[in-house]
Amino acid sequence: MTKIKTHVLCCGGTGCKASAGDEIINNFNAILKEKGLENEVQVIRTGCFGFCEKGPIVKMLPDNTFYTQVKPSDVRKIVEEHIVKGRKVTDLLYLDPENKQHVSDSKHMGFYKKQLRIALRNCGFINPEDIDECISRGGYEALGKVLTEMTPEQVIDEVTRSGLRGRGGAGFPTGVKWGLCAKNKADQKYVVCNADEGDPGAFMDRSIMEGDPHSVIEAMAICGYAIGATKGLVYIRAEYPLAIHRLQVAITQAREYGLLGQGILGTDFEFDIELRYGAGAFVCGEETALIHSMEGQRGEPTFKPPFPAVSGYLGKPTNVNNVETFANIPIIITKGAEWFSKIGSEKSKGTKVFALAGQINNVGLIEVPMGITLRDIIYEIGGGIKNGREFKAVQTGGPSGGCLTAKHLDTAIDYDNLVAAGSMMGSGGMVVMDETSCMVAIAKFYLEFTCEESCGKCSPCRIGNKRMLEILDKITKGNGTMHDLEELRNLATVIKDTALCGLGQTSPNPVLSTLDNFWDEYVEHVVDKKCRAGVCKQLMHYEIDPVKCIGCGACARVCPQNAISGEKKMAHYIDNLKCIKCGACYEKCKFGAISVK
Amino acid sequence: MVKLTIDNKPVEVAEGTTILKAARQAGIHIPTLCYFELAGMNFENKPGGCRVCVVEVAGRRNLAPACATDCMEGMVVFTHSQRVINARRTVVELILSDHPTDCLTCAKSGQCELQKLAQNLGIREIPFKGEQSTYRMDMSPSIIRDVDKCIMCRRCENICNNIQSVGALSAVNRGFQAVVATAFEQDMVDSPCTMCGQCVQVCPVGALSEVDDTRNVMAAINNPKKTVIVQTAPAVRVAIGEEFGLEPGTIVTGQLAAVLRRLGFDYVFDTDFAADLTIMEEGTELLGRISKFMQGDKSVRLPILTSCCPGWVNFFEHNFPDMLDVPSTAKSPQQMFGAIAKSYWAEKMGINREDLIVVSIMPCLAKKFECKREEFSVNGNPDVDYVLSTRELARLIKQFNLDIKDMSCEDYDDPLGESTGAAVIFGATGGVIEAATRTAYEVFTGKTLEKVDFTELRGLEGIREAWVDFNGTPIHIGIAHGLKNARTLLERIREGKEQFHAIEVMACPGGCIGGAGQPYHHGNSSILKKRYDAIYREDANKAIRKSHENPSIQKLYAEFLGEPCGHKSHELLHTHYFDKSDYVEIAE
Repeated sequence: MTKIKTHVLCCGGTGCKASAGDEIINNFNAILKEKGLENEVQVIRTGCFGFCEKGPIVKMLPDNTFYTQVKPSDVRKIVEEHIVKGRKVTDLLYLDPENKQHVSDSKHMGFYKKQLRIALRNCGFINPEDIDECISRGGYEALGKVLTEMTPEQVIDEVTRSGLRGRGGAGFPTGVKWGLCAKNKADQKYVVCNADEGDPGAFMDRSIMEGDPHSVIEAMAICGYAIGATKGLVYIRAEYPLAIHRLQVAITQAREYGLLGQGILGTDFEFDIELRYGAGAFVCGEETALIHSMEGQRGEPTFKPPFPAVSGYLGKPTNVNNVETFANIPIIITKGAEWFSKIGSEKSKGTKVFALAGQINNVGLIEVPMGITLRDIIYEIGGGIKNGREFKAVQTGGPSGGCLTAKHLDTAIDYDNLVAAGSMMGSGGMVVMDETSCMVAIAKFYLEFTCEESCGKCSPCRIGNKRMLEILDKITKGNGTMHDLEELRNLATVIKDTALCGLGQTSPNPVLSTLDNFWDEYVEHVVDKKCRAGVCKQLMHYEIDPVKCIGCGACARVCPQNAISGEKKMAHYIDNLKCIKCGACYEKCKFGAISVK
Repeated sequence: MVKLTIDNKPVEVAEGTTILKAARQAGIHIPTLCYFELAGMNFENKPGGCRVCVVEVAGRRNLAPACATDCMEGMVVFTHSQRVINARRTVVELILSDHPTDCLTCAKSGQCELQKLAQNLGIREIPFKGEQSTYRMDMSPSIIRDVDKCIMCRRCENICNNIQSVGALSAVNRGFQAVVATAFEQDMVDSPCTMCGQCVQVCPVGALSEVDDTRNVMAAINNPKKTVIVQTAPAVRVAIGEEFGLEPGTIVTGQLAAVLRRLGFDYVFDTDFAADLTIMEEGTELLGRISKFMQGDKSVRLPILTSCCPGWVNFFEHNFPDMLDVPSTAKSPQQMFGAIAKSYWAEKMGINREDLIVVSIMPCLAKKFECKREEFSVNGNPDVDYVLSTRELARLIKQFNLDIKDMSCEDYDDPLGESTGAAVIFGATGGVIEAATRTAYEVFTGKTLEKVDFTELRGLEGIREAWVDFNGTPIHIGIAHGLKNARTLLERIREGKEQFHAIEVMACPGGCIGGAGQPYHHGNSSILKKRYDAIYREDANKAIRKSHENPSIQKLYAEFLGEPCGHKSHELLHTHYFDKSDYVEIAE
């Protein structure tokens, strides 16, 4: 019998996989075999570690060495140095930007220090395609406890007391939702997992399904027991092939282990799960639209009530929860409501996973306790703004959320505070912006997304968002008027007030929050015809400083429009009528003679 | 019961009542646009999409759509607060900002619910300028789809799918591009559309309208080489008065004949004549099948299905290709009229078929399609040349600055204008089968009917059935109006669950009185009820109430046709059906 001495955990999330992650794993296996170490070292493909900025990640156990930005060609060095000789490969270690020291163990890195991983507890630790690894870390313990020690009412009570709120965005108390569904009598009920993650840049749910699919399966079975359902459906977008694959593998394994199907764990409880694929419409994340889509109808929301808890999938009582919500359930059951409710803020318990993106040093997936400040997220975990620039805003909640500014940096992040600040939790997108971001253009970007994704059912969303977008477009092109700003605010208010579903009701948030927090920037666009961030091309022009220009002609040679002219060794000049503002000259000039005005 | 206040007025309503209905009950009018109800016909459209009916509910974060929000105990509702009016106005301005402003020439002008709403809100300009939707215009022989005008109220989609189970229309695309269309945006003629036109009847704007044939008709009338004759369907006479301000259900048969003469038609005939003829043919066919069946011939297909309704014929050709030998082979009254006019009557008058133009005034849009069917023409010359809907005729009358109210009653011309009470009830659901029963009873039993009113066949329930005693032989009769009801009944038969002898089907709710070519009822089902009652009043007023007693019909058989279902009849008055199932596949 051989004993495994070293485990090599290689990130197999979509991001690292796209950066030659598979090749890294193959190289490890080949080189270990070549060295005759294949029986002593085990290579495991895990889910996402979260630190995507530094991916692909390779983590060595038992000494917790955390290698970053590993290339397939680095593998030999890791095997020969780390595994064979026991010496760390220093240049693959994380370099602390503050003290310029290499950090070996992830728990000493700023990115991980303030994180608390509950939903992501197994991501990056286990091979998601091996149910034994999941079970060895406590998987399905909660299901066993529920089926053998608890009544459905006790389960609902436990979840209610934990204070867990829906992680899909709106933050409805999960236990209450289960209770509503449980009390409706029906011959068939359904548990639906909403895995239609649609916010631009958000990948919390994908990572959970890729890294720890069993947590979702286990939670759905627990929910089924609590509300009296025997069927579970995961509505997952077809653009998530890896997550789909891992869920399928996990479901098959769970069935083989008697954790799904009939007579689960020797009890008479029956529960099984099927996958339903979405075509990637954002609105299908709205639960009624999601249900219609699963039924084969047009993915369109309908008015609530009736709530899905009364009449959902195929008209039967249905409980819909988001992936991350489910991922919290098993640990709440095993560790108890009291433990969970101690984490977080007064009205928002537990943690929240965010996809941290934008102009920030540490892009990636983070899980933090509710109540943490934006400052901690951005400067501690996120490592501050890229290139030492000034923080300007952070957008939370995706297209439904809003932009928060420096004055909100010390706001404790939870459901209610974010709404009060004019944004929302959303599913967990967090985009950080610096002074190079134009807030009008940001509002326009999100509105373009909502316009694209509106189902078109109600007129405020179908036409109103389009009209708002047209006004924003006009403003970014320098044709806006102060009256347009008034119109914009009125439209945004009316759409919020009248739209049918959550998508429409929140779609004006990026506009309203930027109008509130960055009014000056709007006025500048409209009155001074200026975009201070230099993003709105029609509002800027390039100028050559005749004093700094030496007349080398480099700028004129790269200009695709032949807009630059001038005698050799004489100051050059840009014809702004010809200029398309591509910025090629600006990049080319070595003398800093070209500037944006 | 639930107690609430609406605009400070205490209101008490039954649980499950919407704010919209509670307000109406309290005499408070909340404007609506997408909402549509045909009370008693099981049709309610409330997608909650237009957001015009939004109201303020105290304690609620956003405004609530009154059409889709149920009243709750203690609710405090404001229907016209400043917040509500601003929102409502903005929403209508938004809808108008993506709507062509060609009101003056729009087919729905004056009937348009959006136009009325904009007027009531006092909108004088549209503050939002931006992109306008542009789509391809789609035109079938019956219906024009001008989708640029679609406001996504979904009424057409709802009635097409849920009342008619035709499934030709549904929402496609998303966001600003979202619109109601046929699958893959194919032409309506290539879709499962039956041309019933109920979508046109319920469309609040000009997105769906009928094909206008008035110019063609006037060109024919003004052509000195042509003899132009006209026939009027039974249901037209009880509805066209509405276009001239008369109470729904006012019978204007005589005035109609008079005004048609004033328009320049050379002869004014009646589809009712052909309806009597239909009874002769269809009744004989029915009795033939029953007798054979009773004699033990198991190959006989029963029940016989009526075939007067062209929307229904299209529907079973699309959906029931395995049952094409079940419906009666008798042509519809419109086509029987055309066939007789262009043979028997033309010969009698010495007019060349090519020089004779037959115009129909129909409550129906599918009739426009029916008259263009190839099998209803001789060497390319159609039996019926043009079909005008009730609304088109009203427009024509107005163009001539005439008013049906000013007309004194005139008679129809002979011989194709003489008719019985049995013919006029073709205009209402159950009427065809009642007319057939009157004749079949007497022929079958050899006895005279003591009571011609078969009230057991009447009513407005979607599916009805009754047993009629043919002197000891019980005859099982079924009736369906609305194509979904027809589908339900037919599926029951296909599964062999039930045995009927005869079934009448009308595509439109209420039968022809609710036809798509009739004046717009805007969801007021009491209008349909009044037209329905008028049909039976007109029947009761007739001296002769059984088709086989119509002297002109008797003469037609004696002089020309010989006997019902005889050789000549088969040539002129019967048709056959086609498997058109490749148009459609609907899974319920």
